[in-house]
Parts: sequence; C-alpha cells; structure tokens
Amino acid sequence: MNHIKKSFDGVGVISDISLSVNEGEVLSIIGPSGSGKSTLLRCATMLERMDGGDLVYLGRYAAREEDGRCVYASQQDLKEIKRNIGLVFQNFNLFPHYSVLKNIVAPQLIAGKTKENAESRAMELLKSLGLTDHRDKYPCQLSGGQQQRVSIARALALDPQILFFDEPTSALDPELTAEVLRVIKELASQHMTMVIVTHEMEFARELSDWIIFMENGYIQAEGTPKDLFSTDNARVQSFVGKLRA
Amino acid sequence: MSLVTVFTQLMGGMGITVAIFLLTLLFSMPLGMLVVLLRMSANKVVSAIMMVYISIMRGTPLMLQIIVIYFAPYYVFHINISSSYRFIAVIIAFSLNYAAYFAEIYRSGFKSVPHGQYEAANVLGYNRSQTFFHIILPQVIKRVLPPVTNEVITLVKDTSLAFAIATAEMFTIAKQISAKEASLMPLMAAGLFYYIFNALVAWGCAWIEKKYDYYRI
Repeated sequence: MNHIKKSFDGVGVISDISLSVNEGEVLSIIGPSGSGKSTLLRCATMLERMDGGDLVYLGRYAAREEDGRCVYASQQDLKEIKRNIGLVFQNFNLFPHYSVLKNIVAPQLIAGKTKENAESRAMELLKSLGLTDHRDKYPCQLSGGQQQRVSIARALALDPQILFFDEPTSALDPELTAEVLRVIKELASQHMTMVIVTHEMEFARELSDWIIFMENGYIQAEGTPKDLFSTDNARVQSFVGKLRA
Repeated sequence: MSLVTVFTQLMGGMGITVAIFLLTLLFSMPLGMLVVLLRMSANKVVSAIMMVYISIMRGTPLMLQIIVIYFAPYYVFHINISSSYRFIAVIIAFSLNYAAYFAEIYRSGFKSVPHGQYEAANVLGYNRSQTFFHIILPQVIKRVLPPVTNEVITLVKDTSLAFAIATAEMFTIAKQISAKEASLMPLMAAGLFYYIFNALVAWGCAWIEKKYDYYRI
C-alpha cells in the first residue's frame, strides 16, 4: 500500500500511509481506538474505497492513483485479486443460518469447488482447529472463541495468500482470547502471511516481524518488535506501557 | 334458521372470500419485495416514488382505494365497466395496498440484518445476487415472519371490505341474509367463519416460524 488516504465526509481518517508485507511475514498494527487501524484494514480488503494511493497485491494493481484520484481495477480483476485475501472480523460475522460445516463449505462452493473437495477441506480445517465435534452446530450454539475459530477456518478454506485480522480477540474474554491467539500463532509458525490489528501487545511482540504504531491516521512509529518496544518515542512508550501494566 | 342452512347459503361467498385472500397474498407478497428493493435503491428518484406510493397506500382507507380502482376506468377513461371487472378491481386494490404494508415489513427485516453479513459475504467472494439470495434473504424471512403473520390475519378480515363495490364475498351475503331474515345469526356465522379461518392461518404461520427456529440470529 502506498500513500493511502481515506476520509469520511471530509474528515480525514487516514493520511498518507504506506506499508508492505512480504510473503510469510506477520505485520501487526497497534494504536489507540480511533487511530484509523480498522479503516486501514478495510481499505486493504477493499471493504472501503480509498480516496488516494496505490494498492498492490502480488504485483497486481487493485487501485492506483492517477491525477490525484484513486482508480480501481476492473470488476473482473478485483474479483481475481480478492481471491488472495482473507479477512477475520472482530465480531466473527458467521452466517447464523448455516451450520458450522456449511459456513466453511458454502463460500468454497461459490468459488467453484466441488462439494466433495469443499467438504474434505472443511473437515481437515475443523480437525486441525479442534472443532470436529461442533460441525453440525449453529453459530449461536458456540462460544465466542469457537465462533472466531470457525471464522478463521472459513477464511482459510479459500486458501488466501494473505490473511487480515481486525481485532480478532476484542470481543472475547481472556480465556477465549488465548484460545484464538493459539490458532493465530500456529498459522504464523506455518508461515501464513498475516496482517493483524490488535490490542494484545505481548502477542504482537512475540509474533510479529514488523509492528506499526498508528495514531490520528498516521504511522507514528514502526519497527521490529524489539526496536518498537524499546523505543524512546514517549508516545509509543506510554501506550505500550499502559497496556502492559 | 339453523346454523347449517346459513352456512350452506354462505358457501359461495366463502369461496370468493378465500379467493380474494389467496390471490392478494400471491400478488402482494412478491410485489412488496419489488417495492422495498426499489425503495432501498440508490436511485433517489425511484426511492422517492416508492415512498410516495407507500405513503398513499397507508394514508388512505383501503375501502376508498377499492372504490377508486373500480370506478376509475369509467370516470377517467370513459370505458364501460364489465361485471367481471368487479372482482379484478378488488384483487388489484388489495394487492397494491398490501404490497405497501409488506414492503415496510420487509424493510424492517433488511434493516435488522447486520452490515457485517454483507461484508463477510463480500470478502468471501459472493457477488451481489449470491449475497442477497444465499445470505440476506433467508435471514430476512425469519425476522419478518411474526409481523407478516399479523398482516395476513388482518387481510382475512379486510376481505369483507370488498362489499364496498358489492362483490359477492361472504360478508356481503351474510349482511343480505341478515337483513332479509331479520336475524343476527348470519352475521354470527360469518364471524365464526373468519375466526376459524384465522385460527388456521395463525397455526400455519406458527408452523413455518417453528421451522425457522433451528437457529438464532
């Protein structure tokens, strides 16, 4: 992403942000609420249209700035580019009328897979996430942690090249948070490329290759976890310190 | 005069009443869906037209709408009204009126589906029509079943308004017999018919609602 800009009704939310993620890397985005973290993620996953800047996945332009305007690629190109992207929401957004299994199978069918392939992939994911016993349940019958694991499975089933997480544990209690973080750690160990917006500082420090600290729509500081957590930037220090206390 | 003879005399009218009921549902439920989709469309002109339509349908009496639709061809266009048009006018008026109410019920259903459902479908590669038919519509149906039941029950009773243009539905006939025989019995029988009809409708709707009970939203 280069020089991303986004404003709502004239109020700037993101001002000139650039970032990139390499294959197999984990990038965490931290910062106070309202700093534009989620908006940045929504621009990256094309849920929001940017006002300016370039968006490139695997060398293909999803959007590029021309004459001060942001021009998106054709519908067909965007559809193909989007296939590389997975997104896990803060509040899961599972489909309530589908069983756990169908939540994971249905999007694969939409993507054109056969029923057998989709189901075997789903069962494989459910097994690795310890959810096999829950496959016939409905989302309303699961705990938040289980729902979030299902939504991770749903995203993984489409074999994304990069997986985005929008505060994946913010709706969960500490125990369920740990349950979901374990899964994300497991993915990191398999070298899944991930971008994670989170308030879990220890987790970000342990897992990330690179951390971005955002505030007021700007990147205030960034670096490796080691650098960022030992920074002499007073603002970052106070934010990280408060969360760890 | 026994209840049985009254019921026999009312039989033909019951057929008309049931026909008005079924045909109105058949036309107004899909028409209401069309109205709400246009009402929620991004095109402001289309949306405004639908709002005016809904406002007129809800803001004026159904009885007046029936009369206007029945007499309009003659008064406005000077076309002679054939007797078969009477029943058609009733169906048109009921369908247009109920479509407006159904549209508003559907709208409340659409509004109550969280925006995250659209976003999840979007990132999972669903196109607009797949999102609508696979993800949104099933949830809307579950949400609108209770208010739709209410509206359908109202429709059963509203069929009696067709008497305004002398349609030979059951209530019209019951009133005629009652006046001729100077007896309340035919009206009581009519009341009993509506009550039983609605009990069946309520039972049917409850059955459908139960079928959608397998998940919570």
